[in-house]
Amino acid sequence: MKIVVIDLQSERAGLIKEALVEAGFPDVVVVAETERLLERLGELDPDAILIDLEAPSRDMLEQMFEISRQVKRPVAMFVDDGGESAIAAAVEAGVGAYVVNGLAKARIKPVMDLAISRYNAFTRLQTELDTAKAALAERKLIDRAKGILMKMRGIEEEEAYKLLRKTAMNQNRKIAEIAESIVTTAELFHQ
Amino acid sequence: MTEIRIGFIPLVDAAPLVALKEIGFAREEGIEVSLHRETSWSNIRDKLAVGLYDGSHLLAPMALATNLGLAGPPADLIVPYVLNLNGDVLCATSAFLEAVGLPPDAGAKDIAARIRAGVLGRPVTFGVPFFFSTHHFLLRYWLASEGIDPARDVRIEVVPPPLMPEAISNGVIDGMMVGEPWGSVAVDRGVASIFLSATEIWAGAPEKVFGMRRSWAEANAGAVQGLLRALYRASSWVQDPSNRVTLSELLAREAYLDLSAEVIERALSGELTRTPQGLQGKIDRFVVFQDGASSFPWLSQALWLLTQMERWGFVSATPELQRVVRNTMAPNLYREALTPLGIAIPSANSKVEGALHESTPAASALGRLFLGPDAFCDGAIFDPVPNE
Repeated sequence: MKIVVIDLQSERAGLIKEALVEAGFPDVVVVAETERLLERLGELDPDAILIDLEAPSRDMLEQMFEISRQVKRPVAMFVDDGGESAIAAAVEAGVGAYVVNGLAKARIKPVMDLAISRYNAFTRLQTELDTAKAALAERKLIDRAKGILMKMRGIEEEEAYKLLRKTAMNQNRKIAEIAESIVTTAELFHQ
Repeated sequence: MTEIRIGFIPLVDAAPLVALKEIGFAREEGIEVSLHRETSWSNIRDKLAVGLYDGSHLLAPMALATNLGLAGPPADLIVPYVLNLNGDVLCATSAFLEAVGLPPDAGAKDIAARIRAGVLGRPVTFGVPFFFSTHHFLLRYWLASEGIDPARDVRIEVVPPPLMPEAISNGVIDGMMVGEPWGSVAVDRGVASIFLSATEIWAGAPEKVFGMRRSWAEANAGAVQGLLRALYRASSWVQDPSNRVTLSELLAREAYLDLSAEVIERALSGELTRTPQGLQGKIDRFVVFQDGASSFPWLSQALWLLTQMERWGFVSATPELQRVVRNTMAPNLYREALTPLGIAIPSANSKVEGALHESTPAASALGRLFLGPDAFCDGAIFDPVPNE
């Protein structure tokens, strides 16, 4: 079974490909650009297509269902799948599947399940990464604000932090917000 | 407070939905609205179908195509409200105009003549944003009215608007039918001219509609009625020229269109810049959000779209299809929800399309309703129920 994965996020596409190969689907091609998408798909002639549902190019793929001159009309996973919760799971995960050469539904099912779980895992990872990045940025900002306070008021680090925390509590704001104001103000004075 | 999740595509005609939330019309009805920007029409449709959204901005033919089982997951959608009439532009790329020996301000007749004559030696390619779109059917209508066979003399390709600049610079498309602000953006980049507006093809064309799942609308009947009243007030606010500057700034925000307010205002006022050289052109009723019964979900508009799907071979006509299409539009829901506003609402669910060349008085319970104009470029009259 030849599977084409359309995903502009190369990292995620790589993960999917790897997982598919491991699961016994060695014939996987990743398409990362949208130019002449339909022509490329025609050349590749896949049995199944997996696509990132958030990709704008998805509307181009939809056109393939409607063109009568197309000999091989792809069928959306949705159409006669029946299982409503399976469709919802795919849409929620952000991945869609299209079957091209009349492939039996039962054969695409494991591919689809795998794609859904990998998309969900990727989203989870990305959320964790974003949270970690934001926390790191906040810590850096607070460190800089502490440094500024220590220098300008001649106080110790612990005292500088207490001052930040107290101000944040009094103003009902986050410590990082107070730190940001201090850093911005200090930058203005130094220009 | 009920929260209603609504998906939208960043286009000028998302304006009523943005006003619904930002100007507070929804909250006045005790409804909290969350707006979610989407990247493709397929995605918005699928999320509506599986219940990730409660309502959404839809291209007028999309709900019909879904209920007819032509595309997307199985779903039963209803359309109780039309968000706007028209607002699309037909553009020719600068490269195409040059190749066929026409100036940047060439008119539609001259462009049609060049396409008919096959000057390029290959089919002229037009981009449309989605297969089941008003753009696609109006483009085909105009081409046919000029004696051009859309199936043989031209190619029509789906190209999502954000990918159109690339498609233009790579010569993949020679022109496009697209919703604002994407036509104006292409003109500003110096790569295309606007040569016709949708309003000049069919003055009464429903462009975007508000769609919901029937089961959700039935289970939340009270909230839906409130939402439709809020939407009516939002559309009226959007239509009022004195709110144009505020509205342009609002739509320009990063969360919505993330484009300059000036480009957005052109579409709202119908005062378009038509060529990269700066030729100005004012188009009357370029986009209509609320005027007469413009937001009323006419069965006749949906039936016209069905005739176009049949005309080009996308469906075969059966009485069952007619029934599905009629059943998709929800004029009674519109009436029930909006009657408390004391506004003039049409008494009929269907009308003859194409007969009105100007705003004309029509029957309504309150007797001060004006309909139209709704003329077609070829002067055709569409009577959906000639025997009734």
